[in-house]
Amino acid sequence: MEKGYATRLFQGAIRFRRRRFFQAASNIMNSFLTFPKGGVHPPEAKGQTAGLAIERMPVPDELEIILGQHIGAPCTPTVKKRDVVVEGAMIGEVQKGLGVPLHSPVAGTIKDFGMSAHPMRVTSPSITITVDHTADPAIYPRNDWSALTAAELLGRVHDAGIIGIGGAGFPSHVKLKPPPDAKIDKLLLNGAECEPYITADHRQMLEMAADIVEGAKIIVKILGIQECIIGIERNKPDAIQVMTEAARAGSSAGCSISVQGLEVKYPQGSEKQLIQALTGRKVPSMALPSTVGVVVHNVSTARAICDAVVCGKPLYEKVMTISGGGITRPANLLVKVGTKASDIVAYLGGVKPELAKVIMGGPMMGFAVSNLDVPVTKTTSSILFLTEKEIDIRPYSQCIRCGWCLEACPMGLEPKEIGVFVEANRAEDTAPFGVFDCFECGSCAFICPAKRPLVQFIRLAKMKAKR
Amino acid sequence: MNLPSHRRCNLFGRRIAIETQAPEDQSFSSQKNWIVSVSPHVKSNESVEKIMWTVLACLMPPLILSVFIFGIQTLIITAVSVISCMLVEAVSQKALGRPITIRDGSAALTGVLIAFVIPPGVSYLLPVLGAVMAIYIGKHLLGGIGYNIFNPALLGRAFLLATFPVAMTSAWLPPLDDLSIFSYLGSGVDAVTAATPLAVMKEQGMAAFTQAFGSGTSLYTSFFLGWRPGCIGETSGFMLVLGGFYMLYRGYITWHIPASVLGTIALLSWIFGGEALCSGDPLLAILSGGAILGAFYMANDYVTSPTNKTSQLIYGVGIGGLTVLIRLKGGYPEGICYAILLMNPLSSVLDSFFKPKRFAPPVGGDK
Repeated sequence: MEKGYATRLFQGAIRFRRRRFFQAASNIMNSFLTFPKGGVHPPEAKGQTAGLAIERMPVPDELEIILGQHIGAPCTPTVKKRDVVVEGAMIGEVQKGLGVPLHSPVAGTIKDFGMSAHPMRVTSPSITITVDHTADPAIYPRNDWSALTAAELLGRVHDAGIIGIGGAGFPSHVKLKPPPDAKIDKLLLNGAECEPYITADHRQMLEMAADIVEGAKIIVKILGIQECIIGIERNKPDAIQVMTEAARAGSSAGCSISVQGLEVKYPQGSEKQLIQALTGRKVPSMALPSTVGVVVHNVSTARAICDAVVCGKPLYEKVMTISGGGITRPANLLVKVGTKASDIVAYLGGVKPELAKVIMGGPMMGFAVSNLDVPVTKTTSSILFLTEKEIDIRPYSQCIRCGWCLEACPMGLEPKEIGVFVEANRAEDTAPFGVFDCFECGSCAFICPAKRPLVQFIRLAKMKAKR
Repeated sequence: MNLPSHRRCNLFGRRIAIETQAPEDQSFSSQKNWIVSVSPHVKSNESVEKIMWTVLACLMPPLILSVFIFGIQTLIITAVSVISCMLVEAVSQKALGRPITIRDGSAALTGVLIAFVIPPGVSYLLPVLGAVMAIYIGKHLLGGIGYNIFNPALLGRAFLLATFPVAMTSAWLPPLDDLSIFSYLGSGVDAVTAATPLAVMKEQGMAAFTQAFGSGTSLYTSFFLGWRPGCIGETSGFMLVLGGFYMLYRGYITWHIPASVLGTIALLSWIFGGEALCSGDPLLAILSGGAILGAFYMANDYVTSPTNKTSQLIYGVGIGGLTVLIRLKGGYPEGICYAILLMNPLSSVLDSFFKPKRFAPPVGGDK
């Protein structure tokens, strides 16, 4: 006899409960950590590319290298028009202020200095290089770095142009030189990759685990500490396994490297949330992680540091995820910095007609672009081609004070109040709400049933409110 | 370099077509415009409409049961109330030059709630007037959804109680025993009025109450199922709790407000409700009035309740305390309507006093 609807519903509910219960129990038993307050669970959508190995994209005919790739002063070109450069040659440097040098990703000729499209700054000064396809690719032999001092290692990190390639673009050598009064005892590597769709770090952890661990050892030596914890979200069990083995192989008496599984929750990869999840320490508002004795780097930055120190290879390539329902062939690509999005699309077989939105970065914090002239920078971790089904373009309405944004905010803010203040033209009065704590993760706007653009309201509040 | 087109689009990501040039490449043959808007680009499935229609669905079981308790006219009153609420909403939004949003379900929800808090034997004109008061004055003149200070449905009831005091306090019907749901239709409603349990208890005392409604387990069972005189939707505690638990399960409400309202009513009724101290019947206090409807559906109204959990607990305790105060010392047998209306304006005050705990405040406090 066929089971009645009520029976099936009841059994379904039991199964659902049981699954949740076992998940909770396994979290406790396996001690997957997470941050306690706030967070949301956007659909992960990583399946499209999680199983695809990183492939090297052929170099296009022309690259546009943006001069301001990092936080700080943009680079000044050190080359002239029609100069011939080799792969890895320095083409820009920062004379004054915070910054790192810029390198040519290819052998070629400097064609022009102009403006390139930029997802955040609209346009940005750049160097155009015509690629010489006849030149041999540069070869970087591995060297032993154990004899180098911390200062020499730091110099190599700076000279290779390493910045935080997880997204922020903060020059890494500055992070590795914490203020003298800070007592650093832990290095955290961020392998959470909590943004939906993106699998670039996941693939790097699978395919380059030894390099990441090597990078961790270098950072540990530079900082003069003994402990490194690599945090990985539990939706990447294969990465946790591979990294655990690599970490075990890389650990020694003076340097313990361990892998810690993390609960799947957005924004787990946020620096402050990751530090709290892994160490229980809270970084105060407006302060750097070094105030609680921690330095955080992305796993892909650790790999870049390994490349820079072990091989002497500057940072000019980037592993990125190209995904979404609007691209013909999703992939994890190793591309040269300066490759335009249009070249990537052409390589991957074009876009589908149902493409509705193109995003540089993840779907929670990335920037939508209006054309494909945008070149890849050191911090671009993905380009997503989303269809109308994947995005949400419902118009927003008035706040119904449901309070879900208060629950979702990992920083304990009140996004709804800030939004109402901004709508009432009182953005300058929002400083008491702690708007400067907001790192624009988008959890509030994700969960908002009225679809309010709360992140944008807070950005406006930050512009008007006095620090 | 062209002027970047994404700077010309609407700031808040309303759908704006932007011109993108299709490169010569054949893969861009479709000349479709892309959407440019602010992050996040993915959003949860929840929406105001979904919440409102879910709450409405939770209110359907008590409505259907009310047909079997008080007859088919409860359905007619509810329909009149819902239709007039939606009409009033459309007309007021049109008159105030706002977009018409009757499809979001909030007016329909207010309509059902107005019908739920009026007696089953009233004239069909009453819900119409209640709808005008609730939707036009109580909601749209105060700024529309999200900006009303008072719960619109309860404001409508308070207005009806003030303008039709006799109908609103005497048009009770004794529950039907034989499923003769058409028996109260048409004339003869006045002949069969009954008194609500709380009114009997307040005016005639416990002895008369026991005589009228019985005692013991059968009393609790019939009250919990809804077979007692009362407002249309308030009698069936069982059905209301069922819907309330579903909303809890879906995460639309949290336990804070219902638990604190019902807990306070139970505790205070136990202490002060009997002839001597600590001799009241807490279960009867919860089951005999509109406490369950108020605690789960009225006090939990997102717009008029606090958002912080601490404020919610205080708000709930305030509602419970005022309810018992009005029941025992006030002029009305039931007080939860006024208790909620009195606590409504305090919710934003409570919220500005109790702030969520910040992740980690700056060293040395905020500048």
